[in-house]
Amino acid sequence: MLPLADTTFAEATWIMVVKSLVIFGLIFAILPLMTVLERKLIGRFQHRYGPNRVGPYGLLQPLADVGKLLSKESFRPANAIPTLFVLGPLLPVLSGVLALAIIPWGDVQNGVGLYGIDVPIGILYFFAVGSLAFYGVLLGGWSSGSKYSLLGAMRGAAQLISYEVAMALALLGAVMMGGSLSLVDIVHAQGEMWFILPQFVGFLVFMLAGFAETNRTPFDMPEADAELVQGFMTEYGGMRFGSFLLVEYMEILVVSGIAAAMFLGGWMGPGPGFLDPIWMLAKMLALVLLFIWVRATLPRLRYDQLMSLGWKILLPLATLNVLVTAVLVVVT
Amino acid sequence: MTEFAYLKDQDVVEVQRGPEPGGIGGAYRAFGETLRGLKTTMARLIEGPLTIEYPEEKTPVYPRFRGRHKLHRFEDSDLEKCVGCSLCAAACPADCIRVVAAENVPGERVSAGERYAAVYEINLSRCIFCGYCELACPFDAITMGHDYEMADYDRDDLIFTKEMLLAEPIERTPLRSEGE
Repeated sequence: MLPLADTTFAEATWIMVVKSLVIFGLIFAILPLMTVLERKLIGRFQHRYGPNRVGPYGLLQPLADVGKLLSKESFRPANAIPTLFVLGPLLPVLSGVLALAIIPWGDVQNGVGLYGIDVPIGILYFFAVGSLAFYGVLLGGWSSGSKYSLLGAMRGAAQLISYEVAMALALLGAVMMGGSLSLVDIVHAQGEMWFILPQFVGFLVFMLAGFAETNRTPFDMPEADAELVQGFMTEYGGMRFGSFLLVEYMEILVVSGIAAAMFLGGWMGPGPGFLDPIWMLAKMLALVLLFIWVRATLPRLRYDQLMSLGWKILLPLATLNVLVTAVLVVVT
Repeated sequence: MTEFAYLKDQDVVEVQRGPEPGGIGGAYRAFGETLRGLKTTMARLIEGPLTIEYPEEKTPVYPRFRGRHKLHRFEDSDLEKCVGCSLCAAACPADCIRVVAAENVPGERVSAGERYAAVYEINLSRCIFCGYCELACPFDAITMGHDYEMADYDRDDLIFTKEMLLAEPIERTPLRSEGE
C-alpha cells in the first residue's frame, strides 16, 4: 500500500493534531464570514445594503442564522429513508473537511509544514474526496422521498458527468508543468512564473468546472431555488439544511484553495515567510470574490446547456490544453 | 406570402436575428457577453446602494401629501375653528367621522361659531385618506396633515378623538422642499 503522506518528511503527532485543529478552526471562522460577505456583496451588486441589522455592519448575521437553524425541528418526511436521509448532509461535510487538509498554506517553516498534510498524490486525493460530496447530493435527494429532491439529485448527476472529466484534464496541464501531483511541489514549481499565465485555458476550464462542482450560479441546477425550491435539500430543515449550505461555502473555499495553489502561485508573495498563509488566504479570498461576482451576474443555465458546454467546449479545450502542454514540456 | 395574404407587403418586416448560438463562434460570443455582464454588475457595485433605510431615513413627503387629519384652532383667540356642522361627516365616503355638536355657552366658548363639536372622532382604520372632509369644511377646521406612521396594536387606538386631532402632531415627517 502506498503511504498517503510524504515519507521523507515526518512531523510529531502532536504537531499534526495542532495543525489540523488550527486549520479546522480557521476555516470554520471564515465560513460564517463568507456567508455574510456574500450576502452583503450581492446586495451591493443589486444597489442594496444586504444584512446590516445584526451586530456592527451585520457581522453577527451568521450567528443569528445558525441560532435559528439550530432551534428548528430536524424534520424527516414519513417516506424518507432514515439512515440515508441523515447521511446526506454528513458526507459533503466530511468530504469538504478532508479536501481542506491538502490545501497548502505555506512551506515547511521551523520544521512544521504549513499545510494539513502533503499528499504525494494531492490532486488525485482532491478528486477522490471531492467527488464524495456528490453522494450527499444524490443520497439526500433520493432518500428524501420527494419529487423536487429527486429532480435536483438527477440534475446533479447530469451535471457531475459533464464537468468532472474536464475539471481533471484542466488540472493536468499544471500537474505536468509542476512535474508532481503534490500541491506543495506544484507551488514550488511556480517560483518563476505563476501557472495562470501558461495555463490560462486550464485555469478558465477549472474555474468553470469549479462553479459546477460547488453548485453555484450559473450551474446551480441541482438546487435551483427558483424552480426546484432548493432541489435536493427541499425536504431538509434545521441544521441538516444548514450543513448543506455550510458545505457549499466550504467547497468554494476548497476549489479556491486548489485553484490558488495550482495557478496563482499558492503562498508565493513578497514579504517574510510568516506572511505566506496571509498571501494564500488573500488569493483564495480573491477567488471567492470572483465566485460571488459571477453569482450576482449570470442567470442559471439549462442543464442541457451545461452538458453541451462541458462536453463540447470545456472537454476539447482542456484536452487541447493538455496536449499542447505535454508537447511544450517535452520540447523545452 | 400566401399564408399571410392579409398582410400588405410593406407591413412585413424582416426580423433582425442575432448570430446562431453554438459552435466556436457562439462560445466566443458567450464569453464576451459574460465579461460584459460582469462589467455591468461591477458598475452597479460602484454606484453604491440606493436603499432608503426607512425607520432611520424617511422619504420626504410632498406638501399636498394627504396624511393624518389635523383639527385647527384660531391662532389669535385659541378658539376651535370647527363649528360642528357635520359637513365633513356627510362628505366622508368611508363614513369614518362622527361629530356630535353642542351649543356654545357664553363665558366658556369653545368655538368661534354658535355651536361646537362636543365629540369629534375619526376612525383612522376606516379612513381612506381621500381628503373630502378637508374640501367639505367651510371653515378650514380640518386639514390633512403629513403624518403617515399610524400603525398600532389595537383597533380602538385608531379612533382619534378631538383632543388627539387638535394636539400639535409630533413632527416626524420630513417635508419635500421646493423642486426636490
